[in-house]
Order: sequence, then structure tokens, then C-alpha cells
Amino acid sequence: MSAEQSGKPGKQGWPLYEVFVRGKRGLNHVHVGSLHAADDAMALTHARDLYTRRNEGVSIWVVRSEHIAASTRDEKDPFFAPSADKVYRHPTFYDIPDDVPHI
Amino acid sequence: MSDDHVYLTLAEGHEDDTRWAYGTGFEDPLHGVDTTVPEGVDAGALAADCVALADDALVSAQRLAEWVTRAPELEEEVALANIGLDLLGQARLLYSRAGQVDGTGRDEDAYAYFRDTDDFRNVRLAELPSGDFAFAVVRLLVLSSWRLAHFRRLQAHPDPVLAAVAAKGVKELTYHRQYAAEWCVRLGDGTDESHRRMRAALDEVAPYLGELHTAYDVRDEVADDLRQVTRAAGLTLPVYRPLPGSGRAGEHTEHLAPLLTELQGIARAHPEATW
Repeated sequence: MSAEQSGKPGKQGWPLYEVFVRGKRGLNHVHVGSLHAADDAMALTHARDLYTRRNEGVSIWVVRSEHIAASTRDEKDPFFAPSADKVYRHPTFYDIPDDVPHI
Repeated sequence: MSDDHVYLTLAEGHEDDTRWAYGTGFEDPLHGVDTTVPEGVDAGALAADCVALADDALVSAQRLAEWVTRAPELEEEVALANIGLDLLGQARLLYSRAGQVDGTGRDEDAYAYFRDTDDFRNVRLAELPSGDFAFAVVRLLVLSSWRLAHFRRLQAHPDPVLAAVAAKGVKELTYHRQYAAEWCVRLGDGTDESHRRMRAALDEVAPYLGELHTAYDVRDEVADDLRQVTRAAGLTLPVYRPLPGSGRAGEHTEHLAPLLTELQGIARAHPEATW
């Protein structure tokens, strides 16, 4: 694994950061991409320049890529397949009033 | 919420504008602003002020654009280009205003492309060659601190258009100054080499500080800004010996003419071209 992939600073350059932006009326932060920066402050500055140039956001999160724990492909079936046939987990057995938003 | 594409989600609230790549939810900074010159405002002086501020921005934008493909990192290249485009936007509004009030009816292109070196009123600090990255961020710190202090005052200008342009610019310039200040501290407080380059950049900038006057007295405010950043960066602002002459009077260094040649070349070769 190269230094860049691991998100650790190395001779190749600055560590990798993942960028999350909350849209103007979005409810939560959405992953929009990644970038390189030397530290957290610089990552926020870069994220502002790279990912909010077209008026997309009102809030930015950045996090070092190495700090994200991710599930792997090998775990795909044990993790996700069992939910496929469990329709009772979906809240579809009662009526949602029309005036309840965000469901 | 639509989760089909992250940018569709981000752009929600602008459903009429699904072509987000071309921008969403833009606002015209001059929307609803009365463009008649108020009584008591000297139109000639107003036009001259607008041209001087626009020239600072246009020349700075051109120098910043020179960093494209040459910046140390891709992210910095985008940042510098963004800042340049912010300034270009300010220049366009200010040139348009100058053309409205000076009686000539000239458009923004006439000011940008069809005036000669002697007609430009930018301060000389803006036209100095790009130099290294340290010089770029030191110059940006100085010019954005100065312009920000000036624009803050201009928000109360009796001309509503100039006041609106200033109100828009204040937000942009606050970011420019922050970007520059962060880099100045990082480099000044960095390695021996970056510290040395920052000192050299400050030495180069210092003689031009004396030229940064405005109709308002903002010298203390700008000096405070610079002192705060240089202190945090472990640097000191050298005592300056102001150079004689002034870009505001049309007196320029030998560096402005080649800049304008490049900036104006295509527009002058094809005067009525559109694209």
C-alpha cells in the first residue's frame, strides 16, 4: 500500500482527505469527493475551493481518509444480503400522514 | 430528498436548474439596485474611483491566472484561480459602472482591452511579476487586507452600485485574506527555506506599501492585519522606504506593459469577436 492510499503523509505529498458537503437545503452532509491537504485547516480551505464553487454548500466536513473504517467486498454477503427478504423491516405496514416530512 | 446523485441532492431547492454544472441559485449582486447617480456625487470622481479599483482587480487577476498549471499543488492552483476570478468579477462590475457614469457609455471590455499602459490606474504592487509562491501569498495578503479595509468603508458609499459591489466584495476578500494569511503563517513558521523565501517576499513588497492609500484612512487597520500575521509567522515587516511615483497617477513599472500585451492581445487582434 502506498503512502497516498493509506492516507499517511509521505514523500509523495500531502495526506488524502474525504469531503462531505451539506447542501443549501439538504438535511445531512453528503460525500462529494476527496482531496490532498497538509492539515485539517488546509483541507477545509481546499474543500471550499474545489467542491463549493458552484454554490452547492452551506457546511463542509473533512476527515482524513485513513480515519474512515470501511466494510470490504468480502463482507458484502454477510453484511447486506440477509436484509433482502425481510420486508417486515420496512415501515410500510401503516399509513404515514401526508403532513409528515422527511420520511 | 433525491439521492440519485450527490450534486442533485446538494442542489436541491433549485429544481428549476438541474444543470448544476453550470451553476445553481446564482444571485445578481446588482439586482434591484438603483443605477442613477445620486445627487451630490461627482460622476467624474466616481468613475475614476471605479476604474482604479477595477484596474487593481484586473491586473491582480491576471497575475493570479499565471499560476494555472504552475502552482505547487493542484488544489492551490484552483484556489489561486478562484481568487483571480473573484477579482475579475469585481473588475467587470466596476468597469461597467464607470462606463455608465463617465458619460462615454463604454462597456467593460473597452476599459479592460482598449486602454494603454498609461491609462491604467492600478497600484504597482499588483503588476509586479509573479515571483515564487511565497511572494504570491505575501502580495495577496497585503492587497486583500488593503482592499478589504477599503471595501468595508465603501459599503456606505452614497453611490448604491459601488456600495453593492463593495458588499459583495467584502465576503470574497475576507476569504482571500484568510487563504493568504494561512499560507504566510505556514511558510513563515515552516522550514528554513520557506522562512527565507517569506523574508525575501516581504522585502520585495515593503517599498510598495506606501502607495496603498485610499480616500479613507485604513492604514492602521491594514498595518494591524499585517502585524498580526507576520507575528504568527515568526516574521517582521521590514521598515519600508516608499518608492516615488504612484500607479494611481498612471506611473507604472516596466512589468505592466508585457502583462497588458498578453491580456489584450486577442481582443485587439479580433475587436468584435464573440465566443
